[in-house]
Amino acid sequence: MNDAVIEIQDVSYAYDTEPVLEHVDLTVERGEFLAIIGPNGGGKTTLLRLIVGLLKPTHGRISVFGKPPGREPARIGYVPQHGNLAPGFPATVEQVVLMGLPHSRRHGPTFWSDERALAHEALNRTGVDALAGQPFAALSGGQRQRVLIARALITRPELVLLDEPLSNIDPYGRQCIVETLTALGADITIVMVSHDLGITASAVTAVAAVNRYLLFKRSPHPTQAMLELMYGVHDPNCPVRTQMAHLTTEDAPKDAERP
Amino acid sequence: MSILQLLGESFVQHALLAALLVSIACGAIGALVVVNRLVFMAGGIAHTAYGGVGLAFYTGLPVLPITGGFTALAALLLGGLSRRRRERTDTLIGVLWAAGMAMGVILIDLSPGYGADLMSYLFGSILTVSTPVLWLMAIVDGLILALLTYYFRDILSLSFDPDFARSRGIPVDGLTLMLLVLVAETVVMLLQVVGLIMVMALLTIPPYLAERHTRSLAGMMVASSLWSLLFCVSGLWLAYQTNLSSGASIVATACAIYLLFAGIQNAWRWFTHVAERSA
Repeated sequence: MNDAVIEIQDVSYAYDTEPVLEHVDLTVERGEFLAIIGPNGGGKTTLLRLIVGLLKPTHGRISVFGKPPGREPARIGYVPQHGNLAPGFPATVEQVVLMGLPHSRRHGPTFWSDERALAHEALNRTGVDALAGQPFAALSGGQRQRVLIARALITRPELVLLDEPLSNIDPYGRQCIVETLTALGADITIVMVSHDLGITASAVTAVAAVNRYLLFKRSPHPTQAMLELMYGVHDPNCPVRTQMAHLTTEDAPKDAERP
Repeated sequence: MSILQLLGESFVQHALLAALLVSIACGAIGALVVVNRLVFMAGGIAHTAYGGVGLAFYTGLPVLPITGGFTALAALLLGGLSRRRRERTDTLIGVLWAAGMAMGVILIDLSPGYGADLMSYLFGSILTVSTPVLWLMAIVDGLILALLTYYFRDILSLSFDPDFARSRGIPVDGLTLMLLVLVAETVVMLLQVVGLIMVMALLTIPPYLAERHTRSLAGMMVASSLWSLLFCVSGLWLAYQTNLSSGASIVATACAIYLLFAGIQNAWRWFTHVAERSA
């Protein structure tokens, strides 16, 4: 257990009285590439925001690097959904990456040469250093996403958390992003949220399906039970709870008995 | 009267100095209002300021400090409420907007010796700015610039992406409240120049123009200040030439220049697009 980067124990979260996550347990170990899959509104983003520390669980305990979330900001590289950004924001690619520097004692509007060197190192790692002087607003979706990943990488984090990095991006751009992530190195832990099953690339070492409840398997492929958790819950007669009972014991039943 | 003679008049000097001081605050804060999409919030704060004007009239205390304090409190209240009820923010702004205006009108009704002065806070009176007011504006400018410079990195990060800024340990909520208080103080300064009704024009048009041709937030702030100064000076000139009220002339100039600039820019883009296609 010493190598656990993220430990989540019996976590529940509710917006007002609407439960989003219930009784979630998850342990992510160093070097893992975890894909979190699930339907929209199933709680994937909420789970990621809990790990980052943007939300506090209503029940249960989360620790990241053995501490409560948010205590080690520089060791975590968070890549939020890029669709929420202000479209015309005046900033070059280099400036956007420099925004990823940790909150420190340095103040003022100018950045130092050591900081700019870090920004270019991060841009090199994501393969977009040539765009450094371009306005961020002029980039394609895939290029923007790689710049945002570079912003997260500027502190050389050990844990990278990405929220739907592949949505609204063309197939070529997706491939670039997946390869960028896999090239980060084996000792970097990656947690990537996606509503797309297809991305579970060869690099993925574990899958978690989230739809209020969470199922985890240390394997690149989702199990039958995960598919049923993800797509069966919209049917009011769907026996999700019965499924859950089965699933607490190891492997998923191939043919779940229906009551 | 020649321009030189005009510039010799102390009220003209005061007006130009006021235009400069207002433009500095307006450019810096307006840029942040526009990129953080706080325009409606700034509108709410601006109208709540009217309650502060009413309070000053009613108590007989100096208008600018009282309105400044009152509006800062209103901005903190609005910021605090909108943080707790994010989905209700626009409604809360509407409520405070109306409440502040009503409070101002009622307090002025109750004040003895109601005068024409009130109109000057609605429509501006850049031609009657006194020396102590200029000093106060300079102090507020200095404070705004000092705070924005000191916190520039954090403000840049949170304006671009507040969630990411939070993940890096930047105190987003505290800085947002500070920003709202600075908006409040800028608005109170603007009361003197263009008045409550037209505050929004100077907080939004210069940054919106600046955003079209700048590549950094700091550059956008400087460019907004310069646009704002241009609007104020040319508006004042227009007001002098045509004997129209100064506040409305400044805003009219701003709108006209904006339409002209945006039109030329769009026409140029269309032209280069067509030229590229035919090449």
